[in-house]
Amino acid sequence: MDHAAHETTIVGRGNEAGARLFREWFQGLTAAAEEGRGAAYVFVMGSLCELLRVFDFPVVFPEINSLQAAVRRVAHEYLNEAENYGYSPDICGYVKADVATQLRGGTHPMGKIPKPALAVCTNACNTYIKWGEIWERMYGMPMFTLDIPGSRGAGLASPRGGDDFERDRRYVQAQLEELIPLCERVSGKTFDVDKLRQHMGWANELNAGWQRTLELNRSRPAVFNALSDGTIYLGVANGFRGAPEGAAFFRDLVEEMAHKAERGIGTTIDEQWRLIFVGVPCYPIFRRFSELFSDWGGVFVNSTYLWFASGGANLGFRYDLARPLESLAEGVLLGVRDAMDSMFFQTQALVGMIDDFAADGVVYHPIKSCRTVSTGLADSRRALMAVRDVPSLFVESDMMDRRVVSEAQMKNRVDAFFEGLAARHHQATSP
Amino acid sequence: MAYAAGVDVGSTQTKAVVINEAREIVGRALTDTGANVTRAAETTFQEALKNGGIPEEEVEFVVGTGYGRYKVTFGNTQVTEISCHARGAVHMFPRTRTVLDMGGQDTKAIRVQPTGEIVDFCMNDKCAAGTGRFLGAAAVALDLPLADLGPTALRGERAVKISTTCTVFAESEVLSWLGKGKKIEDILLGVHESIAARSIGLLRRVGIEAEVTFTGGVTNNQAMVETLNKRLGLRVNVGDEAHFMGALGAALFALDRIVARRAPAHAEAKGGAA
Repeated sequence: MDHAAHETTIVGRGNEAGARLFREWFQGLTAAAEEGRGAAYVFVMGSLCELLRVFDFPVVFPEINSLQAAVRRVAHEYLNEAENYGYSPDICGYVKADVATQLRGGTHPMGKIPKPALAVCTNACNTYIKWGEIWERMYGMPMFTLDIPGSRGAGLASPRGGDDFERDRRYVQAQLEELIPLCERVSGKTFDVDKLRQHMGWANELNAGWQRTLELNRSRPAVFNALSDGTIYLGVANGFRGAPEGAAFFRDLVEEMAHKAERGIGTTIDEQWRLIFVGVPCYPIFRRFSELFSDWGGVFVNSTYLWFASGGANLGFRYDLARPLESLAEGVLLGVRDAMDSMFFQTQALVGMIDDFAADGVVYHPIKSCRTVSTGLADSRRALMAVRDVPSLFVESDMMDRRVVSEAQMKNRVDAFFEGLAARHHQATSP
Repeated sequence: MAYAAGVDVGSTQTKAVVINEAREIVGRALTDTGANVTRAAETTFQEALKNGGIPEEEVEFVVGTGYGRYKVTFGNTQVTEISCHARGAVHMFPRTRTVLDMGGQDTKAIRVQPTGEIVDFCMNDKCAAGTGRFLGAAAVALDLPLADLGPTALRGERAVKISTTCTVFAESEVLSWLGKGKKIEDILLGVHESIAARSIGLLRRVGIEAEVTFTGGVTNNQAMVETLNKRLGLRVNVGDEAHFMGALGAALFALDRIVARRAPAHAEAKGGAA
C-alpha cells in the first residue's frame, strides 16, 4: 500500500470505529432488554467489567447513557421528567436522566436499556452510592459497594510495595471475594478463573493502548483533541473494558496516532494553542463547546477527564495473569485511587501535564451537576496559579442541563481568554 | 490624520468613540441599544463621527465590542469587552491593577498587570443581580427615574438589608420594605449596598489590588461610587470617560491595528484579536 493510500485508510479510523462500536453496544443492550436479561449496572470509576464479563452480564454504564441523552439534545426531556417526579433541579443531571430512563421502562435515544440485576459501585463518587440505592428501591436488586482506600492527603498515597499498600490491596481483594459469590447467585453462573484471566488480558491491552494514546498527544501538533476525539476513545475505554473489541480498538488507535505523530498530522484545525481541560465536558452543546476553543486554534492536548473518567486506565496498569484476583485488586485499587486523586489532588499532576504536553493554558470547567468534580476547582486553580505562571480560564456550565448553559456568556469568557493568550504571546515575543 | 473607532454594543446602551493618532477622544456618542442591534451600532457610530466632525472615510479601522460586537457589521474586527475595558482603564489610569465594570446586565472584575495584560477576570453568571439591571428593578418598584436613584440613596441614613440575590425577587422585597414603612432613601441605600457587596465578591475572586478603576454605565451613579469606596476602603478611579471605557479600549485596539499596518514587521497588535 502506498503512503497516501495508507493515510486515507488509517487517519480518522479511531473516530469511525468508536462511533460504530457505540452503536453496536447500544444495539446489544437493546437486545438484552428485549430478551428480559438483567444487566450489571456499573460506573466509570471502578467498573470491574473484567470480572462482571465472566458472568456474561450485559454491562450498563448509566453515566454514559445520560451523557448520550445530552449529546443527542434530549436531556432536558429526561431532566424535566425526573423533576416532575420530585427530584430537585440541584440533583446530579446524570442521576435524573437515568431516573427518567427507568421511569420510561428503559427507553433511551440510543435504544433500550435493560433493567439492573445487580449494581456495582465504588466510593469514588458519593453520588454513586445514593444512585445505586434508587435502583435498589425501584427493583429490589442487590447493590455492591466497593470501598477503595483513597489517598490520605496530597502526595500521601501508600506506595506500591509498602506494608500500607499491601493492607489496602488485601482489603480490596477481600471485597472482590465477597462480590464473586453474589455475581454467581445473581447470574446463575459459576466463577471461572481462566475466563477472568482472558478478560483481564484484554483489559491489559486496553490499558496499555489508552496510556500510549495519551502519551502520543505530546506530539506537536497534537494527534487528537482530548475534548472532542478523546471523549469518543474514553467511551470505548469504558464500555469495552475487558472485551476483545476494546483491545483491538486500542491496538488500531495506537497505530493511527503513532502514524499521525510520525508524519506531523494534527487534528482538523491549525493548532495555535495547546490547552489542558479540567472537569467534565459541556455535553448539551458538546460540538459547539469544543468549537468555542477550536475556532481560535485551541486544541486540548490532555484532560483530567480522560484520567478520572477512565477509572485510572491512564496508568496503563498491567494485570499479572498468574495471580488474577490479587492483581485485579491491585489494579482496581491503583486505578480508582488515581481517578480520585485526579479530582482531589490534581495540582502536581497538572504541573506535570503542562510540562509534558507543552501546554499554553488550562481551562477549568466546573459544572453545576457534579459537586464531586467541581467543588475544589476554584481552590485547585489558585494552587496551580501559585506554583506556575500559566494562563487559565474558569468557565462554568453543566454536563447535562442546558438551562444553565449560556453559550453567549461562555463565548465571551473564552474569547477574552484567547485575547489574553495572544497579548501575552505578543509581549513575550516582542523585541 | 487617521482615526480609529470603537463601538461597544452593550445589552442596554451602545457607545461609540473615535480617537486620533495621539490617542485623544475626538468624538463620542451613546444611544439605547433597543431591539435592532445592528442599527444601534451604525447610528451610534454615525453620531460619534458627527460629534467629532470626522468624515467616515478618515476612520481607518473600527473594532466592535460588547455582547453585540458581531453585529457591528461595518467593523473590521471584534474584541471582547473584557479586554476593551481593561485596555481603556489602563490607558486612562496607568496605575490601574483592578477594573470593575458595572453594566446594564453584567458586572466584570478584571485584574491587570502594569503592561495592561489581563491576569484574571470573572463575571456574574446567568444572573443580573449585582448589575445595573438590579437598580432598574428598584427604580420600577419605587416609581423613580433611574437618574434619581443615586441622589436619593445618598440621603439614606440606615440601609435596609436586601437579602435576595435575584433581580426579579428584589422588586418584591423592595415593595415589602415599603409596606413595612421603611424610608425610600434607606431602601435605596440598601439596594446600593447589596449590589456593591456582590461586585466586591467578584473583585475578591480575581484579587483586589490598587488602583481600582470603576467603569461602565453605573459609574454615573454617585451613590454606587461612594458605597464602593466605603466598602473597599479606597477611592476608586472614575474618569469622565468611565461610561465609554469599553468603546475607548476598542478604539485603542483599532489604532494598534492601524499602526501595525504601517509597520508590518512589527506584526500583530496588542490584544491579539484586534
